[in-house]
Amino acid sequence: MSPPRIPLKAVQFSGLLVAFFVLANFVDSSDANWLWRFPPLLKDLPFIINDTVQKLLFEWMPIEIYDPDIDDYESSPLFREVTRAVSSSLLVIIEFTREVILGGVKTIVVFTDWDFINENPWAHWPALPWTVITGWAIVLGYRLRGIGLAILAGFSTVYISVFGQWEPSMQTLSFVLVTAPVSVVLGLALGIWAFRSKSVEAALNPLLNVAQTMPHYSYLVPVIVLFGVGDHAAAIATIIFATPPMVRLTLLGLKNVPADVVDAGVMNGCGRFQLLFRVLIPTAKRDVLIGVNQVVMQCLAMTVIASFIGAQGLGSNLMIALNSLKIGTGIEIGVCIVLIAVVLDKMSLAWAHKQKDYFADRTLFQRYSIPILLVAILAGGSILAWIGSFLFEEGRNYLYIVPHNKGITTAPFWQAAVDWTWDTFFFILKDFNEFLITQVLFPMRDLYLGMPVVATFLLMMGTAYILAGFRSALIVGGFLLFIAFSEYWDRALITAYMASFVVIVSAVIGLTVGSLCAQSAVASRAILLVCDFLQTFPSFIYLIPVIMLFGITDTSVIIASVVYATVPATRYTIEGLRSVPVVIQEAGTMSGVSRMQRLVSIEFPLAFPHIMLGINQTVIFGLFMVIIGAFIGTTDLGQLILKAISDRHGTGIGITLGLCVAFIGLAVDQIIRTWAERRKKELGLG
Amino acid sequence: MKRHIKGTLIGVLSAGILALAGTAYADSNEPIKIPIKNWSSQIVMAHVIGGMFESIGNTVEYVPVDNQASFEAVRVGDIHTLHEVWQSTMQNAYYAAMEKGGLIDAGTHDAETLEEMGVPNWVIDQGLCPGLPAWEALKDCYANFATPDSGGKGRWLEGPLSWHGDVMPNRIKGLGLDDTWVVKFAGAADALWAELEAAKKEGRGTVIFNWTPNFTDAEGFSFIEFPPYYDGCRIADGGDLSTTGCGSPKGWLKKAAHYKFPKTHPQAYTIFSKISFTTPQIGSMAALVDLHKMTHEDAAVKWLADNEDVWKPWTASVLGESN
Repeated sequence: MSPPRIPLKAVQFSGLLVAFFVLANFVDSSDANWLWRFPPLLKDLPFIINDTVQKLLFEWMPIEIYDPDIDDYESSPLFREVTRAVSSSLLVIIEFTREVILGGVKTIVVFTDWDFINENPWAHWPALPWTVITGWAIVLGYRLRGIGLAILAGFSTVYISVFGQWEPSMQTLSFVLVTAPVSVVLGLALGIWAFRSKSVEAALNPLLNVAQTMPHYSYLVPVIVLFGVGDHAAAIATIIFATPPMVRLTLLGLKNVPADVVDAGVMNGCGRFQLLFRVLIPTAKRDVLIGVNQVVMQCLAMTVIASFIGAQGLGSNLMIALNSLKIGTGIEIGVCIVLIAVVLDKMSLAWAHKQKDYFADRTLFQRYSIPILLVAILAGGSILAWIGSFLFEEGRNYLYIVPHNKGITTAPFWQAAVDWTWDTFFFILKDFNEFLITQVLFPMRDLYLGMPVVATFLLMMGTAYILAGFRSALIVGGFLLFIAFSEYWDRALITAYMASFVVIVSAVIGLTVGSLCAQSAVASRAILLVCDFLQTFPSFIYLIPVIMLFGITDTSVIIASVVYATVPATRYTIEGLRSVPVVIQEAGTMSGVSRMQRLVSIEFPLAFPHIMLGINQTVIFGLFMVIIGAFIGTTDLGQLILKAISDRHGTGIGITLGLCVAFIGLAVDQIIRTWAERRKKELGLG
Repeated sequence: MKRHIKGTLIGVLSAGILALAGTAYADSNEPIKIPIKNWSSQIVMAHVIGGMFESIGNTVEYVPVDNQASFEAVRVGDIHTLHEVWQSTMQNAYYAAMEKGGLIDAGTHDAETLEEMGVPNWVIDQGLCPGLPAWEALKDCYANFATPDSGGKGRWLEGPLSWHGDVMPNRIKGLGLDDTWVVKFAGAADALWAELEAAKKEGRGTVIFNWTPNFTDAEGFSFIEFPPYYDGCRIADGGDLSTTGCGSPKGWLKKAAHYKFPKTHPQAYTIFSKISFTTPQIGSMAALVDLHKMTHEDAAVKWLADNEDVWKPWTASVLGESN
């Protein structure tokens, strides 16, 4: 805004670049030279972490526990017993939810034991027929928001059963029906706690940062050791992954509640809890609900990784299908995941928006029409299933539960589509791929690897200083120092090269698509739907076609990452541009600016802080996917994280590598966030 | 919520009391947990073994788990058995878990496995590398195996780094092929198959890591013949660059179990330790799914029905003991 600032920054940046190139060219590249690479002082850190975790889990405070299975006492560390108890109670809840839908014996086992089940074959809880769940979903959708949601719910449940994915889908659904509420409640509680106490907020902030940026498979091994393998362990990993956005958005919402509203509440004589639940949270509803949306999306985005540590359901079926290159089946399963996400998201939002009608004067029947309808559906569906048991043979009752993988399949169609894409585009793309790798990516990688460590520090800390101030520069320096002292600096540079390429491409695409679509309300809604789809559709599915087109190369990793990382850039650009007040837009138009001028000189500057938060998320998403790219084949940090899962010191190595990734993300996050805050202040936006 | 917690407590307590009263010799009624990983033969075999356990009255639960994570899971007892431990790709994880304690060796299958670099048959048929499968042929044909990122060298596509570390790069150096060939690590098995499919479509040469029995056997795959393996030829076993050219050993295929499994389910463990499949048997399990397009569960039912003479003797011994 103030004219002299911009030249100043330009001068500072040119100075920084000159210094950077001088350093880059004159530092001798030998491993003995500290200016070239710092010595790996933290080389032993992975082992220290490993030993500490080991001590905590296997040695600290052992208690003697009688194990009836082996008829002997075993010493088991206290901490692990506690975590195991937490996870087994979680398991009971998940299995209860699952058996309400799919039937089974485990809930009965909780109250009796396996011997009882073995002796009493009748003790088996029956599954709900899929027709009943479908009917319920339609009624619920209609009751919550009307015909649109009813159709969506009906379509989704029918799709899932017709394609023979009923059982795995319901397994995944029951998993999410537990993890999502737990994440929401936990996030809400932590958010409120942080809102009430500054020190809690200060302590929570770095933890949330790390939990959000650390690649999730770097903590799979500790999760297995602490919580075991199975739905409970997967649930814990999912909750760790899904809770942070909820905490953040709760805190943000509460902070934005105007003081007048709080005062009004206090003057009306609210107690502490009344103030919180009747005044603060309802006022912060918008942000809290975005948090709920993100929790649902994240829980389903974890489906595949969760199956690595034992979650039953769609995730593991997806990996099995992909491993024998059944892309068609993979796509069908992916669509199931997206449908579950969208229905849950819409239903939870509709439920939250539902106003209680205190004044309705309804007859007894009207008041209980919904429960009566649900019971009627249950009865009707059960009768249908009973009739079905006479109609079908071989124990396959299509009116009860469509057996897994026995539904219709569109796999041949998708397979043909993939083949067609390959035949049509492969040879064009081949030259592009070759050009990209030899002319762009490899030179860029070599450039990154050719930077002396001092030059990298100068560049990053200098940028932080110019854009975000001295304090940010120190924080960025601290993050980088950790990586530089570890053994993984070169690998981190490779991660950084891919991530920065991804971020540049994603940001350009996201900003362009976002600003174009923001011009029309319909286009905005459509593209936001695409964003939801891309965020929950498991990336593992399009990794395969991408590999077939571009080979096991950095190009494949980068393309898969760009698809995912473009989502937040697009989303935030649209939201930012569309939230520019109409009054300001009209004021501009009246002053006689053209549409283009209005976009460039009014809307963009005003939406800038919000857009920058989108770029910030793009950095985190991009980094995340580059690490997932290890499943294609990379030579960066991700490859080692993947390897660490089965290493002897895997826990420590995995966590150290995960921290390196998190710190790259946090360093960039620090610069962008502080910069956006400053701009916001300059623009008088808050 | 409160009710669940209370229920859990009562359940845990009563389970404990009743388990105390149980006898030590019969199998516990608790379900046996068998891992489901992500390749066909493993999943079918899981259901085949599960079917055997069920035939003597046990309850079985199938738990999906990542291969690399499964060793830790057996160690801490969240799954009971591992029925396909491949020497060359999994021995590191296997021995690491054994060393940490909790995982025991439950015998070896009859099947000998071969895990080696190789080429799909059509690479040989099209004459992309005359002289294969002898490894010396690689000296001259590397250009047909170049990829955009290999800098003109031929590319070996090796499995993930976690499978055998630096064995393949060292082998290339040991054979003196490092001027003309370069090793690229794939991230996961499905990346290998995607590469195989893509190379076939393009008609381009590819040298990839593969094993047998595997679903790729159906399309034809030839392993390259390297200098024979001997103990100590690899760097980890005391070798140096003059010996690392050696090929892969004929590998074992082992079974592993959680250390409490023999105590909790003595009969099932006895069966499990006796199980020994041959290469054709494992191949036939995979083929039911990969070629005949059956579901894994149906394939296992069919296999058990067709091969009673193979597995009945294993379960019969236990049934005899208990009567």
